[in-house]
Amino acid sequence: MLAYAIRRLGQSFFVLVVMSFLVFLGVFAIGNPIELLVNPQADEAERLRATVALGLDKPILEQYAIFLGHAAKGDLGRSFVFNVPAIQLILEKLPATIELALAAMVISVGLGIPLGLIAGLKPHSLVGRSIMALSIVGFSLPTFWVGLVLIMLFSVHLGWLPSNGRGETVMLLGIPVSFLTWDGLMHLAMPALNLALFKLSLLVRLTRAGTREAVLQDYVKFARAKGLGPGRVIGVHVLKNILVPIVTVIGLELGSLIGFAIVTESIFAWPGSGKLLIDSINLLDRPVIVAYLMVIVVLFIAINFAVDVLYSMLDPRVRLGSSSAAH
Amino acid sequence: MLRTIRIALGAIAFGAFTLAHAAPERAVAIGLQAAITSIDPHYHNLSPNNSMLLHIFEPLIMRDPNQKLVPALATSWKAIDDLTWEFKLRKNVKWHDGSPFTAEDVVFTLKRVPDVPNSPSSFATFTKPIVDVKVVDPHTIVFKTASPHVLLPSDLASVLIVSRANGEKATTADYNSGKAAIGTGPYKFGEYVQNQHVILKANYGYWGGEQPWDKVTFKIISNPAARVAALLSRDVQMIETVPTSDIARFSQDANFTLADKVSNRVIYVHLWQWSDKSPPYVTTKDGKPLDKNPFKDARVRKALSMAINRDAIAERIMEKKAVPAAQLLADSFYGTSRKLKPAKYDPEGAKKLLAEAGYPNGFAMTIHGTNNRYINDDKIAQTLAQFYTRIGIDTKVETMPAGVYFSKATNGEYGYMLLGWGTESGEQGSSLRSLLATRDPAKGMGVNNRGRYSNPAMDEQLSKALVTMDDKKREGLIQLAAETAMNDTALIPIHFEVSTWGCAKGYRYTPRTDQYTLAMDLKPAK
Repeated sequence: MLAYAIRRLGQSFFVLVVMSFLVFLGVFAIGNPIELLVNPQADEAERLRATVALGLDKPILEQYAIFLGHAAKGDLGRSFVFNVPAIQLILEKLPATIELALAAMVISVGLGIPLGLIAGLKPHSLVGRSIMALSIVGFSLPTFWVGLVLIMLFSVHLGWLPSNGRGETVMLLGIPVSFLTWDGLMHLAMPALNLALFKLSLLVRLTRAGTREAVLQDYVKFARAKGLGPGRVIGVHVLKNILVPIVTVIGLELGSLIGFAIVTESIFAWPGSGKLLIDSINLLDRPVIVAYLMVIVVLFIAINFAVDVLYSMLDPRVRLGSSSAAH
Repeated sequence: MLRTIRIALGAIAFGAFTLAHAAPERAVAIGLQAAITSIDPHYHNLSPNNSMLLHIFEPLIMRDPNQKLVPALATSWKAIDDLTWEFKLRKNVKWHDGSPFTAEDVVFTLKRVPDVPNSPSSFATFTKPIVDVKVVDPHTIVFKTASPHVLLPSDLASVLIVSRANGEKATTADYNSGKAAIGTGPYKFGEYVQNQHVILKANYGYWGGEQPWDKVTFKIISNPAARVAALLSRDVQMIETVPTSDIARFSQDANFTLADKVSNRVIYVHLWQWSDKSPPYVTTKDGKPLDKNPFKDARVRKALSMAINRDAIAERIMEKKAVPAAQLLADSFYGTSRKLKPAKYDPEGAKKLLAEAGYPNGFAMTIHGTNNRYINDDKIAQTLAQFYTRIGIDTKVETMPAGVYFSKATNGEYGYMLLGWGTESGEQGSSLRSLLATRDPAKGMGVNNRGRYSNPAMDEQLSKALVTMDDKKREGLIQLAAETAMNDTALIPIHFEVSTWGCAKGYRYTPRTDQYTLAMDLKPAK
């Protein structure tokens, strides 16, 4: 287990370095941030001053070397635009995004797995068919459009929910969260639902497929023949056995929910880190782009690690660290 | 458990009720398009910042909604001779912390402006001409310049004054946290969260009188559809930059009012004139380079201007929120010439001119432009291409994000460049100087002349204007320079953007030419 963790860490570190270099080169190739930062009315002297002040006068490889040197000391650079450490900017915005992603995940898991089970156990009933039909809708409608329809319905016509922003927050273990206040919940509801819709449909289909396959297996038939109640058959024999692929997907999707909730964040003006990333790309604020992507890579690595650990708990055949767990 | 919650909820409701009765707060929320990057007034010379910080801080001279200079912290100013300016400062002005405003604060501000660490765009351009400052008495200050600098009052209108006591050791972070954000303006700092919101509280001791709001919340809602939804659902009472696609809906709905005004921003085209060689992306119809640069020929430039149906663009693409342009600023601004009229749409005449210039069968070119910078910028590029195809020029279009586009345009990598320019000073001389004067960065000439147009006659008229102290005479010279340039089609002006604000019923906004969104200009409607 320990050897496994260390090897994982080494791989992750390598990924981080390669990625930071690619992003560095990429942003450099896109264009010169000075064109966007310096007011067009300014003169040439001001342009030169800003170029030097932001360290953009040096060759790209030297800039990268300086960045690596600072990064080794835990300093990922200061935002060109906001003049605060990039990592601070991201950590201020990240809790909002994680909260939104987790809320969306709770909705999709809380609804998706039960609905998928029902659809899988009674595939030919009206209920089962309706669930599947609705999941197609959830799959095929673009997030952007659904978000706007939700706003038109719940904010503009019914006036029940606020259309944008994050509500009142309270501190929980030093992190500002909004789901503990009524105002916060009202603000959270629509964006979380919007973000959850796609994942919800995905989980419904995944669970249904797994269930349909599992109920035909001998061990399920045997369990029924033994006279076990339907609750135990479904809860233990079916559900536990179909969970491995579902947990994989949840893990991967959670990462993408956190990293790329950008569309939902911009429609609902949710002050999360996805919006920060888009704004930073538009302004070529390189330190923030690099730092953000590094944080996301770390997050993906951590989530995948947690997923691997979960596998071994769900499926005793999986052993971490041995060659059979080549993941 | 349920009981406790009920009691707690009851208590909260009661608390809110009593609070609401104790002070009927006049609050308003406004949806903004772009992020405010700092509360430090000297950190980042960026329109959204400059607009926001005018609530908290004030300059010596302010610009009114039409960008005319009006007194603010200075009550009067005059040039004593070509190199000396005397400013009289307003008496009985207090900082938000109660201390009095004096000439020392102005001295400190001028010292701080060029000296803000890591500033991505400083205000030093505006203070640099001042080489010496003399405090005559606490309310009289004298500035010396090295050479005659007629634009000093206009330059100083861009510099917000900060207090020495609070600014002496303050960093940009101290302004962002509110600690040093002590100004003289009508609103006090409340809260600032990057990319999220700015909250301001009324300054009841403001020298300019009472404000209609106790609390103003500016929410950053960059997505246009989300901004519209926020107004429709009354989460905000006003939004800036109403998308053109929603203008029809709002103008038909009695629950909303629109306020609009022609802005100081012109959408125009720079044509590549760096050398006599064939410009980038301009070729013969079978893709070979041309033997000379067609854009160096005034007849070709004029033909390219005549081929554009400006009325159609304003009407159909811009939903009437644009005014066809003949020069760099609309008619109401200083230094604009009434003799200049938008080029008439005349495709036949354009074809004739092209033939005269030696291109009877046209040529091929690519229009380059942004797709996220100006209102409907990519649609305008597409429309232009159609007009040019009609006069026999095979035209392709390539639009891209501003971050990619500007560096390449500045490096002369494009032939036909669709651009925009906002004249923050509100006088045409500075625009001609930046966009069309022969490039000489050391002298501040042609800094944004991406086409490298050069015309000695216009340069001379412009240089003369820059040292003419008399306002009327100077305006005449600037008008002359504008006529020289525009009659030569130095660039192709297309239209002036009209900025639009949307208000909920019961609110009225006085629109501005500089596209600023100010709570001072938002009033409850009777």
